[in-house]
Amino acid sequence: MTPQDRSRRGAAGGSDAERLSKRLHDLSERIRTETAEHAPPKGPGAGDHGSRYGVAIRLASEFVAAVLVGAGLGWLLDRLAGTSPFGLIILLLLGFGAGILNMARASRRMANSEAAAAAKASPPIDDDDDEDE
Amino acid sequence: MTDPLHQFEIHVIAPLFSIFGVQFNFTNAALFMLVIVAIICALLYAAFANPELVPSRLQSVGEVWYEFVHNMVRQVMGEDGMKFFPLVFSIFSFVLVANMLGMFPYFFTVTSHVIITAALAVFVILLVITVGIMRHGLGWFRLFAPHGVPIAILPFISAIEVISFLSRPVSLGLRLFGNMLAGHIVLKVFAGFVVSLSALGITGIFGAIFPLGMAVGLTALEFLVAFLQAFVFAILTCVYLNDALHPGH
Repeated sequence: MTPQDRSRRGAAGGSDAERLSKRLHDLSERIRTETAEHAPPKGPGAGDHGSRYGVAIRLASEFVAAVLVGAGLGWLLDRLAGTSPFGLIILLLLGFGAGILNMARASRRMANSEAAAAAKASPPIDDDDDEDE
Repeated sequence: MTDPLHQFEIHVIAPLFSIFGVQFNFTNAALFMLVIVAIICALLYAAFANPELVPSRLQSVGEVWYEFVHNMVRQVMGEDGMKFFPLVFSIFSFVLVANMLGMFPYFFTVTSHVIITAALAVFVILLVITVGIMRHGLGWFRLFAPHGVPIAILPFISAIEVISFLSRPVSLGLRLFGNMLAGHIVLKVFAGFVVSLSALGITGIFGAIFPLGMAVGLTALEFLVAFLQAFVFAILTCVYLNDALHPGH
């Protein structure tokens, strides 16, 4: 449709075609800014990466949970095996390690899904650009 | 001022039976869980009772709801994870409706009780272990011994991996519970400020404007949190089940 239009206008006059392509360009520009404006509000609810608040809570709880589990296991071990302070000390430290591991994994997962979402969101806009220009 | 924790009290509605001296009761928590399931069933039935090519509003909601979970399961677990779609959909719907129902004044928030979120989380983790062992046999335990780790530090790494694995249900259950509990308490406290300040006369009424604004803003935030936590719970269920299906990752 568009190339046909363009050639018809082109036959009528060069300035006309120029104006049309300028209008087309303006429109694509407007669409791009509009989609850019509308995209972010969709994000926070849709992705686990969207809300910074959610990210903070997630990372914190991953860490705290691992420390708690480490301490709990250590305490249990001490009670069962009678190795009083050492099980708690060692497993608490390992729990800290596990907490860091959890946080690293969670943040990598979030970064991955963010990258995937960005890769998924950008191609249509790029395609439009290529066609228009 | 009213007690901000009053909303979390569990009342016995009808005593049921006792086994070995343990009394089983029908409580308001049980009632709300039944209501949640009834709401989910009614909504989905109403949405898809008369499906049309051009969907009605309710049908659109149902489709968005279904496709949201569908895409999430497929993205995280791939095609062979779709067996778990009904489970993930049920968990997501239950948590979402429970959280949203809790936003009604005077309603009981089921997910603000750690026993319920912990039960959900432990169920998910037991399922992960079961599926992992069924699929991969004892080889699934290689999940705890990552590839290419020197033998000298392998015990430490394995211990850390085991603790990390065991911390999953804890963080899964505690996060949902903590978010809902804290949100509802904060909301109640600010709403309580409004009431007690406005009892102080004209200056109090003007002073109550700030906590009133906070309460309004927090209500909006709580709706976001209610959805977000349901989503996070469901997607982490997918991620953990994915570990059972494809332990290598």
